[in-house]
Amino acid sequence: MSYLRGFYLLTITAAVLPLIFPDNYYVTVVGVTAALHAILAVSLNLLMGYAGQISLGHAGFFGIGAYASAILTTRYGWNPWPAILAGLGLTAVVAFTLARPILRLKGHYLAMATLGLGIIINIVLVQAGKFTGGPDGLGGIPSLSLFGWSVDSDLRWYIVIVSVLLVVVWLALNIINSRSGRALRALHGSEVAAEMMGINTTATKTGVFVLAALIASLAGSLFAYQQAFVSPDSFSFFFSIELVTMVVLGGMASTYGAIIGAIILTFLPELLVVFEDYEVMIFGAILMLMMIFLPQGLFVGLQHLLRRLTRDRRTAIDAAEAGESGRGAA
Amino acid sequence: MKIRKTVSMLAAGLLLSLAAAQTSAGDTIKVGTFLAVTGPASFLGDPELKTLQMYVEEVNAGGGVDGRQVELIHYDTGGNAKEAVNFAKRLIQKDKVDVIVGGSTTGTTLAVMPLVESSEMPFISLAGAVSIIRPVKKWTFKTPHTDAMAAAKIFGDMQRRGISKVALISGSGGFDKSGRAQSLELARQYGITMVADESYGAKDTDMTAQLAKIRDTDAQAILNFGFGTGPAIVTKNVRQLGITLPLYQSHGVASKKYIELAGDAAEGVRLPAAALLVAEQLPDSDPQKAVLLSYKNKFEAKYGDVSTFGGHAYDGLFMALEAIDRANSTDKAKVRDEIERTTGFVGTGGIFNMSPTDHLGLGINAFKMLEIKNGDWSIVQ
Amino acid sequence: MFDQILQFVLTGVTVGATYALVALGFAIIYNASDVVNFSQGEFVMLGAMGSIAFSAGNGLPLWLAAICAVLLVICVGMALQRFAIAPARGASVVTTIIITIGASIFLRGVALLLWGKDIFGMPHFSGEEPIKIGEATLLPQNLWVMGGASVLVLGVHYFFNHTTNGKAVLACSCNRTAAQLVGINVSRMMLIAYGLSALLGSLAGILVAPITFTSYDAGVMLGLKGFSAAILGGFGNPMGAVAGGLLLGLIESLAAGLISSGYKDAIGFVILLLVLFFKPSGLFGKASAERV
Repeated sequence: MSYLRGFYLLTITAAVLPLIFPDNYYVTVVGVTAALHAILAVSLNLLMGYAGQISLGHAGFFGIGAYASAILTTRYGWNPWPAILAGLGLTAVVAFTLARPILRLKGHYLAMATLGLGIIINIVLVQAGKFTGGPDGLGGIPSLSLFGWSVDSDLRWYIVIVSVLLVVVWLALNIINSRSGRALRALHGSEVAAEMMGINTTATKTGVFVLAALIASLAGSLFAYQQAFVSPDSFSFFFSIELVTMVVLGGMASTYGAIIGAIILTFLPELLVVFEDYEVMIFGAILMLMMIFLPQGLFVGLQHLLRRLTRDRRTAIDAAEAGESGRGAA
Repeated sequence: MKIRKTVSMLAAGLLLSLAAAQTSAGDTIKVGTFLAVTGPASFLGDPELKTLQMYVEEVNAGGGVDGRQVELIHYDTGGNAKEAVNFAKRLIQKDKVDVIVGGSTTGTTLAVMPLVESSEMPFISLAGAVSIIRPVKKWTFKTPHTDAMAAAKIFGDMQRRGISKVALISGSGGFDKSGRAQSLELARQYGITMVADESYGAKDTDMTAQLAKIRDTDAQAILNFGFGTGPAIVTKNVRQLGITLPLYQSHGVASKKYIELAGDAAEGVRLPAAALLVAEQLPDSDPQKAVLLSYKNKFEAKYGDVSTFGGHAYDGLFMALEAIDRANSTDKAKVRDEIERTTGFVGTGGIFNMSPTDHLGLGINAFKMLEIKNGDWSIVQ
Repeated sequence: MFDQILQFVLTGVTVGATYALVALGFAIIYNASDVVNFSQGEFVMLGAMGSIAFSAGNGLPLWLAAICAVLLVICVGMALQRFAIAPARGASVVTTIIITIGASIFLRGVALLLWGKDIFGMPHFSGEEPIKIGEATLLPQNLWVMGGASVLVLGVHYFFNHTTNGKAVLACSCNRTAAQLVGINVSRMMLIAYGLSALLGSLAGILVAPITFTSYDAGVMLGLKGFSAAILGGFGNPMGAVAGGLLLGLIESLAAGLISSGYKDAIGFVILLLVLFFKPSGLFGKASAERV
């Protein structure tokens, strides 16, 4: 189970952080946002990194989940849990219906189609004000509670969202290392070759597309309960692009890379706040420079660097091998 | 002799500055703010931030409040509700501010309200919608006039001119949509029927299609709720299509920029706005005049054309500081109570009288109906 | 009713002409280097903002300011190629997309620093007296936009089909190695392609600014619409991009006029999706065979 080594490390880090820094803004507030972004990035990475299908509309499914939960609980008095399920159901229908025609497309056409889908969803959220509250958003969303344990503090949200993240990561790692995971990787390599080997590429791609959408929808529901408020600007195409950036920045086809990308893109603006007017420019420059000098993403780039630094030491070779197998697997 | 004098002066100066350093280090009043300084609503957040910075500096130069220096901590939300919630948490938990004056847009304000209520943080919003203060929330106040007041003022003026059929065109932003909803709701009370309800996107560059449709209705006037480039383009397109109906804009265009962009096409356009825009034209007896002129002159000397939005920040900041001054402490409950007791506060938006049932404290007469004449504002009597 | 439709069409063609120029910029860069340049919209913004800055700030007459701005944007385009795209050669398509997104954020940030968040207007080239066609009207500036766009499109067509440099750029896009082998200076051709794309973008910005106004973030939406138009027409086909732009402009305007102005953008995207579902490589795109 070597491919789970990184997962244990992640679990321990996530558990220890709030113990060392209780009530720390960067852990329980920004950390929760980062974890939420990580869930989305990991799910998007399944689609992009492994199935090789770019999606610029992921925020749309995030939005469907969020609004389904928000509308059903506030306007129709539903309990939050069935509302999550309803969101998942709606997402499944939308994703499944659109998967076939959309996934027939390739490259930039696929990018455009998913981008368009995300934008259409966003326009509906803005225009259908009677249900969605329009651009001002929808407030008063109740919080989750689990057997009387109400999720009402930042720390509790940290526990919930980080737990979901861990489950999603575990799921992703296992999918990648299963038979269908190998099929996925084959897809990224060459679809025709995969077909030749007897893999039903259409079914596999559809499956991944729907799964990624479902995870995004779940994240959306959690987001709605955590914020107690939703508005369309959280689900715009800018956010879709941000998610893609997270995946690419961290390193495509690497679950850990996606997490690293999510963490960096969540914390970077927090840190750049001090630059005020220069913030936008610096952010753009950092993004460009990282992609120019680490085109395969940070995770892979750093692994290469680590290996070069420790090349001639015995222990280092072990580490490199672990990294190698970790990369192959993760 | 001369040396002694200098030395003693130096010593005294040193002592003074030490004392000042002590009070400012240990005991500042922290005013937190989160504003849409960039993004589509930057026309709100930008003058608001400039106003806050300018006046905090001035208050500090004048010795602060109760001898305590004021520290402004600000974050840019870009108009994004999610960012706003995170920054509000940062202000409350990490920066431990005493009061929050901010939230340029209705969306960002509504998003943080559950948080400020549960953390019991006095909060003065700078956003428009009436839903912020109705129903009244214990810890949330606001200074700008509501969109419902703007709509009422416009319809009042239309009624006087005998207009009963109106075509509405609005943008897709929060301000626009909220204004549209209030207009549709209030129209009936003023005996007005809406004969068209068109909309356009935030970055649209041409509205002639919508306006051509409006031209073929039997509307007697056009009402445009929006801000940014939209209203300026609508104004130009109306004239381009040769439509001669009276055009009403909302307080969203209440800055010189609008007249500059729309040019000659803006002649005759009417809009409700705070008295700030026409400060010079007010009679000297007007209690607001001095405050307005002082704000306007200071802002324009430093940054250029004044808008009413920066004025909301002025009102919010001083309402908060005066409440802290009256409370003689930064105890949050006391400050909140004092904000609620604000009476006769002369601000840029009008004269505020807060109460437990009214967390805005402005009446509809705080708005003036303006008409654009010869490239400048004039008051409609 | 007829006058209304005519008005919708005139509006659609003006807006569509802008989309077409942006889409053409996308197509040229994509053809030359397989890169989707998401900072294309920023070229448009910089063209308009630069002209306004040179004419208002430095007191140059508008035409001279516009020339300065266009030259400046061409330099920006070439710098983008030289310092951001060229070093990342061989990176995946998505990586280059993120680089150009980074570039667009960077350029927006620079514009924000230089000119602030204000909205700027530009004087119309030849007055604002509407031209009447029946009950429908048109501004002289609309004619400038349509005429300017036509000239530029024809120019680009001529460049690619009848000049050595143009053919050389096309050769690079077909097969880079082969182009190099027959003695084409590939990196120079890349600079020409990016420069040309920047030229188109900045001129589009200058032509439409009197009608649309401009601000530091005006490029975002135009970039998005331009990309959509390029895809609609068939990505990489310059004349398809132009057709896609005009079509998208018309769809939006007719949808706003006849169906619902609130959902007009959504209608545009729905039609775009439907086109892609039935014709996966756009209206005028070549059906691509996957390389094994």
